[in-house]
Amino acid sequence: MIYFDNSATTRPYKEVVETFQEVTTNYFGNPSSIHSLGQQAEKLIQKSRQIVADILNVRDEEVFFTSGGTEGNNIAIKGCALQYKSRGNHIITSKTEHASVIETCKQLENFGFDVTYLDVNNEGQVSIEDLKNSIKDSTILVSLMHVNNEVGTVQPIMEIGNYLNQFPKIIFHVDNVQGIGKVPLNLRKANIDLCTLSGHKFHGIKGSGVLFVKNGIKLEPLITGGMQEGKIRSGTENVAGIVSLAKALRVSNEKYTLHVEQLQEMKNELVKYLSSCEDVIINTPIMNSAPHIINFSLPGIKPEAFVHELGKNKVYVSTRSACSSKKADVSHVLSSMGFDKTISGSSIRISLSYGNSYEEIIKFKEIFNNSLKQFKQLMR
Amino acid sequence: MKKVYFDNAATTPVRKEVIDVMIPYFNDFFGNPSSIHSFGRECRYALDRARFSIATFIGAKDKEIIFTSGGTEGDNLAVKGIARANKDKGKHIITTGIEHNGVLNSVKTLEKEGFEATYLKVDETGRISLDELKNSLREDTILVSIMYGNNEVGTVQPIKDIGELLKDHQAFFHTDAVQAFGVEKIDVNELMVDALTVASHKINGPKAVGFVYIKDGLKFDPILDGGHQEKGHRAGTENVPGILGFAKAVEVVVEERNKNRELYKTLRRRFISLLNENGIEFKINENVEYCLPHILNISFPGTKVDTMLTNLDLEGVAVSGGSACSAGSITPSHVLVEMFGDNDPRLHNSIRFSFGHYNTEAEVDYVVNQIVKIIKRDK
Repeated sequence: MIYFDNSATTRPYKEVVETFQEVTTNYFGNPSSIHSLGQQAEKLIQKSRQIVADILNVRDEEVFFTSGGTEGNNIAIKGCALQYKSRGNHIITSKTEHASVIETCKQLENFGFDVTYLDVNNEGQVSIEDLKNSIKDSTILVSLMHVNNEVGTVQPIMEIGNYLNQFPKIIFHVDNVQGIGKVPLNLRKANIDLCTLSGHKFHGIKGSGVLFVKNGIKLEPLITGGMQEGKIRSGTENVAGIVSLAKALRVSNEKYTLHVEQLQEMKNELVKYLSSCEDVIINTPIMNSAPHIINFSLPGIKPEAFVHELGKNKVYVSTRSACSSKKADVSHVLSSMGFDKTISGSSIRISLSYGNSYEEIIKFKEIFNNSLKQFKQLMR
Repeated sequence: MKKVYFDNAATTPVRKEVIDVMIPYFNDFFGNPSSIHSFGRECRYALDRARFSIATFIGAKDKEIIFTSGGTEGDNLAVKGIARANKDKGKHIITTGIEHNGVLNSVKTLEKEGFEATYLKVDETGRISLDELKNSLREDTILVSIMYGNNEVGTVQPIKDIGELLKDHQAFFHTDAVQAFGVEKIDVNELMVDALTVASHKINGPKAVGFVYIKDGLKFDPILDGGHQEKGHRAGTENVPGILGFAKAVEVVVEERNKNRELYKTLRRRFISLLNENGIEFKINENVEYCLPHILNISFPGTKVDTMLTNLDLEGVAVSGGSACSAGSITPSHVLVEMFGDNDPRLHNSIRFSFGHYNTEAEVDYVVNQIVKIIKRDK
């Protein structure tokens, strides 16, 4: 199997699964219980919080555990909007965000919030000028992703954060679900107030995530109950999921240090190869893109059919975000980048991770070549 | 040291067969169910099977099962979701004072949004009065949320009678069945409920998984927006291994329910008779007739709950003073306050023992011995 769909989800690291099993079996207490079994579980959560905080270079009390990226983005955006609505009702985001940001913003529009969806250029980047011009007295939140999940474009988060620094009342949220472990981001230097991570995108397990909330920022909770996680997110903590997430983040961080160049080389090799195929148009920008995502189009070919064809050879890629696979027939990201329907309706995404190897790239090229040939013959 | 876990209402150890079901979905079938390739689709099939299996066990259709991250999220989704989506029909909600915080705090949030809430009183045994419920119903009542069995004292509410009573009223009926699911037969049609919450980690499944049943056709607003997962009712990549583990836990618990009920009844009888034999003064905080057999909440006059908990913990016995979700706090249990008022000594000397399927009579003997030892020593 060649799994090149790591932006959809990743295979948990072996040690992550072992951690999950170990914690589930031996530390099953409820962290809110005051007996020793409960307290052991609570300690494991605190330790995990510390590990995550150290890696993100933030304080322990700024790290909150969630059920995943979608929940993190929902808590950040709605929680902030509802908490600070007396300051203003204007939110700025972009047209190429993940569904959990766009749909949340649309929902807020129904509640009377005013949302600006920034355009992106043909490389998928927002313009700082646009952002500057969009800011109003009523702006309370700017929510932008670090790395786009479909094309891999990296937004100029550092520059934006530095610019926003002069507006102490505007909260800056960054969806870093795709960037973590692949593209460095210094939360402090970029003046980020809220940042979302999802465990299963960096070889943790599904149903776990992190929301960084800078000290001093309050969020109206979406899920109310037993007031766990500093009241931001009620519900018995997913102890084994949390400990596995910390483990996955630590391992990913190590892999980044050791292997990010190889990841980049694999991507370069794929880009080189795909550029040489006459029917392929590469949509991912060469500059300012993450080392693991390559988006390209096969004009005239139904991308779903081609994904199935590759799947028959146990090569797994995707058409676009798994969270929007079923709905639209064109990618909202590519449309926003100005591509017409022949491109935005025929896109394929390859997303790599540290588990992939150079041998897989070589094998992929062969399978891709054959599949494409077959497809073209069929279409003649 | 001997270890006895009598805190199964707080959380339960995951069964080995449940973990065994989960592991292949971490290592081999780790795809995203929304991916269109065959690898993702295999995960989708597994998810569909899990949904179908759970639906069948409770007499529901599979599209009526929405997977969540647990009981609290389930309660939030049902209570807030139904109330918000149906507010055009009225803004009055009826619940009780002894609900789990997942329901209570959801209703409080709704009150801030302009809904009105009536909190039904309970008697000393923790039961509501059907007459009071009847009298509280108004034309603009849209939601009645009453838990099946209480998590602290185990008292069971007359769910069928409530369902019957609401049959001819527009109000939707939600019940939090998180504690009841492991020991009570749950059939949504027999109970006549419109929504029902269950959590995995209370029935020997993994933490951070649960489901809400919401009757087909009943409108409810999502809490989490985003991708189209769970038919748009709950965005976010599905926790495939967790859900499959949960489905296995449901299967096992349904199969063993009667056997477990009998076990818990035996354990509690033995517990009580041993306390009597040893001349220990105690009162049981529950409704003798209507109670979940795995929860035994006992008041020991003259003792202090913290001391008792600490001493039992030192002897390897894990029990609880209230619900885990409020255990961190020093304020007395809201459930006991509702039952006994603000000024009753039972608020400060009650312990919850809650059993699981692997507990034994020998463990009861050990725990009662420790209790006797601690009480006699303190005197």
